[in-house]
Amino acid sequence: MTAAVDFRLTDDQRALRDGTRELLAGRFGRDRLRAAVEAPALDRALWRELGEAGFFALRLPAAAGGVGLGLPEAVLVFEEAGRALLPGPLVACQVLASVVDGVATGERIAGLCAAAAGPVLWEHPADCDELILVEGAGKEGEGDRAFRAAASEVAAAPLASVDPLTPLARLTDFPRTAPLALDTSRLRREAALLTAAQQLGSAARTVEMAVDHARRREQFGVPIGSFQAVKHLCAQMLVRTEIARSAVYAASVTGDALEVAGAKLLADEAAVRNARDCLQVQGGMGFTWEADVHLHLKRAWLRAERWGAARELAELLAEGLVTGAEAESEAGVVE
Amino acid sequence: MDLAYTAEEEDFRARLRRWLGEVLPRLPAKPAAADWPGRRAYDAAWQRMLYDAGYAGLHWPRDAGGQGATPTQHLIFLEETERAGAPYVGANFVGLLHAGPTVAAEGTAAQRARWLPPILRGDEIWCQGFSEPDAGSDLASLRTRAVRDGDTYVVSGSKLWTSHAEVADWCELLVRTDPAAPRHRGISWLAMPMDAPGVTVRPLRTLAGSAEFAEMFLDEVRVPVGNRVGAEHDGWRVTMVTLSFERGTAFVGEVVACRRVLGELARTARANGRWDDAVLRRRLGGLAAEFTALWRLTQWNVSEAQRSGGVPGTGGSVFKLRYSHARQELYDAAAEVLGAGALDAGHTWVADRLAALSYTIAAGTSQIQQNIVAERILGLPKGR
Ligand SMILES: Cc1cc2nc3c(=O)[nH]c(=O)nc-3n(C[C@H](O)[C@H](O)[C@H](O)COP(=O)(O)OP(=O)(O)OC[C@H]3O[C@@H](n4cnc5c(N)ncnc54)[C@H](O)[C@@H]3O)c2cc1C
Repeated sequence: MTAAVDFRLTDDQRALRDGTRELLAGRFGRDRLRAAVEAPALDRALWRELGEAGFFALRLPAAAGGVGLGLPEAVLVFEEAGRALLPGPLVACQVLASVVDGVATGERIAGLCAAAAGPVLWEHPADCDELILVEGAGKEGEGDRAFRAAASEVAAAPLASVDPLTPLARLTDFPRTAPLALDTSRLRREAALLTAAQQLGSAARTVEMAVDHARRREQFGVPIGSFQAVKHLCAQMLVRTEIARSAVYAASVTGDALEVAGAKLLADEAAVRNARDCLQVQGGMGFTWEADVHLHLKRAWLRAERWGAARELAELLAEGLVTGAEAESEAGVVE
Repeated sequence: MDLAYTAEEEDFRARLRRWLGEVLPRLPAKPAAADWPGRRAYDAAWQRMLYDAGYAGLHWPRDAGGQGATPTQHLIFLEETERAGAPYVGANFVGLLHAGPTVAAEGTAAQRARWLPPILRGDEIWCQGFSEPDAGSDLASLRTRAVRDGDTYVVSGSKLWTSHAEVADWCELLVRTDPAAPRHRGISWLAMPMDAPGVTVRPLRTLAGSAEFAEMFLDEVRVPVGNRVGAEHDGWRVTMVTLSFERGTAFVGEVVACRRVLGELARTARANGRWDDAVLRRRLGGLAAEFTALWRLTQWNVSEAQRSGGVPGTGGSVFKLRYSHARQELYDAAAEVLGAGALDAGHTWVADRLAALSYTIAAGTSQIQQNIVAERILGLPKGR
């Protein structure tokens, strides 16, 4: 009766989460966030500090200068990044840490694009030293090919990004040299999961923002949080966050493709819906540029389109139902 | 974060599977839904089989006659029994999930010896007499009176929505023993024999056409004072112990079952052509994510309970809110798959669709659960 399945965070995982939260609160507090909104070029010094803290080398083996941790730990760190709205190609640098030299330490910044039906979007084009392009059938990485180019060799057209913290460009030309030997299906899965982790962090943060406001703002002589209509909005925000948390954490442990897809679907929904509800709770103030909630909403929209959008994820999961792959992959976990 | 089972847990699972494989083929045929005496006998026989094999009261403490299993082993039990198609807890629900745990936690040694073994053996069936015509969500406003007369309480009043009242031997009854005290402090918890003179049960028909629950009229029913569990007037606290059990693991088997139904929906849709509809397909895909996540949330809650000494926390409200809604969505999707076939009340999915409508009402409505989440977890101010 001693050991048993224990889904909860270990003490080390808790410490990692708390340490990351502290680091980000110290180095990327609200002032820095708002400054970044006005001037979105990445802070290279901060990026190197993130590198030193192990943000990108987290999963590299200790022998390769990494921290030797796994996907669950990376997910906890990225959840914190999502909470803090930390900008930059974080997911790209985390999954490419062993692919592009200098990325693990934060010295160099790599971007990652996936060819899609619509325009191929490049995040933080002005800040990337290198760009990796993944193109192919897309589904589970079958028939994928990956190419690498220096940022200066890539042609891109500017695009007014909906998210003030994520400058975007549209790829127009990319020099395709020899394809990289990359496990792209794994890369897509990990990128999706880390994106979902950021969505989870954002969702958890907007619940706090809404609840905090609901307790302090008074109307009709009472805190608006005593009105049931407001209370129930907040309760549903928490429910969405917790269901997404279970899905994201479990997917980080199993690494199962369908669980990752489900986790991304639920985390996208939680981040977007929670930001919307938070805005509603904040009233007119929530509609201002000055309030932070629009930054959460816009980033949530952006992330929801990256590494699997709802329409694609739902199809993938539906297919999993017929092939019975879900039952099997689940059995592999449970048994 | 660890989702791997220990060797001990795997061993438990393997033994359970073997046992289920041996005994399930020997089960008698399932009785008709409307045959209540038959259903009682069936559920009781299954409980007896569990008892004889050492699986009864798995997660109850040993000193209550249970097996003292970990919450994880209990989870494995619920998962495996569902997968193997074993009967549900059925008529034993209140005994095993509410009344029994309450007696185990709050009863005297004599009370435990009297009531717990028959629950574990499937010999005695319990029902829950909490709700009243004027006390639903606001349970603490209940008015059924118990007046002390020497060594007995004389109980008068009426109860409503009492599930399994027709076939029960005992009722865990909430009564008002001190009308002058503040609402929560004048309530007591009694074990009332259902065959006592003055108890009248009138079955009520649900919208699904069945008679799941009943109205219960109590006319000067004499209940020995020795049948009170916990101190006099302390019944509210005693009851809250039970309610948190109800919201803990009551739905585990069902989540596993919902995932199976979802697979059946997909295969049916493929066969009847509905699968070509992208809206329906994506809806089913979304539900797959939902039920997988609900299963993971259950594991999360169980891990929490394991460390906090087995008492499920407020996580149960989060789960119940999401699950009750998801279950209704599942059977609405089933109706989409069936098309006009969804008008056939004889189809199991249609029967389950109707039954699912109670999930957002019974055991604390969704509105009440949202109040609980907002006030007890998020700390928002109480209000009306
Ligand atoms: C299938 C089934 C089986 C049941 N079995 C049993 C049983 O065995 N034993 C037993 O004792 N009871 C049983 N119940 C009763 C169940 O617990 C109650 O139905 C439930 O608590 C709601 O009470 P009510 O029906 O009186 O609805 P009400 O409390 O009258 O609620 C009506 C509506 O008002 C809303 N409402 C009420 N108060 C609030 C509030 N404060 N804030 C916001 N909205 C509010 C509710 O959410 C609901 O939508 C059963 C019910 C069902 C459906």
